[in-house]
Amino acid sequence: MMSALRNQKVRGILFQILTVIGLVAFLWYIGSNTMHNIEQRGIKTGFEFLDSTAGFGIDETPIAYTETDTHGRVFLVGLSNTLIIGFVGIIFSTILGLIIGVLRLSNNWLIRKMAATYIDIFRNIPILLQILFWYNVVLKSLPVPKKSLEFAGDIFLNNRGLYFPQPDLNSTTISILVSLGIAIISIIFLNRWANKKQENTGEDFPVFITGICMLIVFPILAYFIGGANFNFDIPALKGFNYRGGKSISPEFLALTFSLVIYTATFIAEAVRSGIEAVSKGQKEAAASIGLTQFQALKLVILPQAIRIAIPPTINQYLNLIKNSSLATAIGYPEIVTLFSGTSLNQVGQAIEIIAMTMLVYLTISLVVSALLNWFNHKMKIKER
Amino acid sequence: MTKLAKLSLAAIVLIGLSATAGTLEDTKKQGFVKCGIDGALPGFSEILSGGKYVGIDVDGCRAVSAAVLGDASKVKFISLNAKERLAALQSGEIDLLVRNTTWTQSRDTTLGLNFAGVNYYDGQGFMVRKDLGVKSALELDGASVCLQTGTTTELNVADYFRAHNMKYKTVAYDTNDQVVASYENGRCDILTSDASQLYGLRTKLKDKANHIVLPEIISKEPLGPVVRQGDDAWFNIVKWSFNAMVAAEEAGITSKNVDEMKMSSNPTAKRILGTEGKMGANLGLSADFAYQIIKQVGNYGEVFERNIGVNTPLNIKRGINALWTKGGLQYSPPFR
Repeated sequence: MMSALRNQKVRGILFQILTVIGLVAFLWYIGSNTMHNIEQRGIKTGFEFLDSTAGFGIDETPIAYTETDTHGRVFLVGLSNTLIIGFVGIIFSTILGLIIGVLRLSNNWLIRKMAATYIDIFRNIPILLQILFWYNVVLKSLPVPKKSLEFAGDIFLNNRGLYFPQPDLNSTTISILVSLGIAIISIIFLNRWANKKQENTGEDFPVFITGICMLIVFPILAYFIGGANFNFDIPALKGFNYRGGKSISPEFLALTFSLVIYTATFIAEAVRSGIEAVSKGQKEAAASIGLTQFQALKLVILPQAIRIAIPPTINQYLNLIKNSSLATAIGYPEIVTLFSGTSLNQVGQAIEIIAMTMLVYLTISLVVSALLNWFNHKMKIKER
Repeated sequence: MTKLAKLSLAAIVLIGLSATAGTLEDTKKQGFVKCGIDGALPGFSEILSGGKYVGIDVDGCRAVSAAVLGDASKVKFISLNAKERLAALQSGEIDLLVRNTTWTQSRDTTLGLNFAGVNYYDGQGFMVRKDLGVKSALELDGASVCLQTGTTTELNVADYFRAHNMKYKTVAYDTNDQVVASYENGRCDILTSDASQLYGLRTKLKDKANHIVLPEIISKEPLGPVVRQGDDAWFNIVKWSFNAMVAAEEAGITSKNVDEMKMSSNPTAKRILGTEGKMGANLGLSADFAYQIIKQVGNYGEVFERNIGVNTPLNIKRGINALWTKGGLQYSPPFR
């Protein structure tokens, strides 16, 4: 017996078993105690509340919602608003981050310093303060509805939001959407074809310009094919505010703007470190075989730099999604504001609601990181 | 992580770990009462410069502290927003909640909480800018509404506009401060809350005179102290600390004449003040618990007039909060 305990391997296994038992016992103690106390205090448990009527109004609902819908529906509304913020935020912060990251390495002193200053300022201020700041700036600087700023006759901006005409869904709008899809798919195939052609013959094909032309020409053609019939729902001032058309709230604007501005600084740094990590020899080699500076960046530097930049960028995407929960400070109706805010207070079942909300963020984060890990794996240098 | 998420986590863990003795013993042992308040609502609970707490809710906390510990100043105030307050009470973070919380059937029955009385009978109203030219809430079709999230307010607005077939947009914030700031910045046409709060919040606006409270009251909002369910001794203490203030007003006992009344021949006053009967012992408190409340905090009428009455910036008349003997709703069961 004692000799078995002296064996390092046996001892290791023993301690691991003890740790697991201890952990399970601890969790079981907390769990059962919680259930006991909840029962004793007469707090309701379970998920029946998801079927009960919510009874409050929500301003921004990507999916249909009325006051008579259930708390389960509120959950879905909050979830879709969170996803929208995450999606829009990721797209714009990637674009901005890429630009700033490249500018940070510009040969031009002024541009380089401006990019560096931008990064230093916005990266070092807590995101919550930035959200509150931009929200108050947006509210203070914009006029009241009756004095709205007007753009192109039918677009209005005031402190209630941005209002613009929305085309009805008819044959024209549908065919334009389809044509955009076709254009994007064609560009992907064109790019593949052009790369292959270049590998085989060495001839370059202007994919970028052709692609832009396709994106412009296809929808124009589709407009006429679809019957050339737009029917806009134009916002008009009625009573207190504009009605009709499509609107974006100041909360959404402020939240997206500050999340993008903040996250882009980290992505820019990831891009910069990626580019700087590519050895100088690569750049010189590219120049020596006669590539222009742009070609060198596109064909030699960026493909290698992106590989290095992907893992830190994944982290930033996850941060952005999690930071979107700070919307609760300015009342943008995403899942924390709506579900673990309003619903929680109407229903009072903190444990269930907070657990569901945490599960949402966990799931989103795991899905995003799984997707990007797959992408990372694909982009890795294939070592033979 | 937001404060709410932290509190909720704390609630989960504390509910998991706690095996409490009674709140009364806990309070005596720790030497102070942990009382949840709003902290930013003029008249009800507000922190003055210098860290002094004032308000009708604050006095509710002080009354309990005076009754239990014999000293009205032994209160630890904890400011909570509407979303945090109930979780804070459930988790044991606070011993009682006096934070203009509306007594509703579902709150009373499903949250593991008990309402110990009504310290202010309120109703929800609307505040708008004068220059909108609106005279009645029925003219508010299409307006944007600023309100505090996690309140019954949110439900009442939805019901009211739906019932009158009007459209509206809600913008809901965590704290009253943000609600006021956004209303002031013109994000909304209407600020809605309990009418008493509207008067309180109006005193925070820069151009107070340019805002009016519309005549419609769209809901019943009985506000009162809340305790955890399952500790009936503590529930009784909070309930009768408040009743003592109302009963004292009815019996004509004030903080000024309380010492004379103690010696008077009036049997009601004597029972309330503990020179006759065993009212204190019944609650597990000292015989003079109500005396301490009246002496240190005052009777209900004094508390009302001092914090929100006609001589304060809020300028609220007693109205339905007058004693039942004067046509109001404030009524204490007899001290007998």
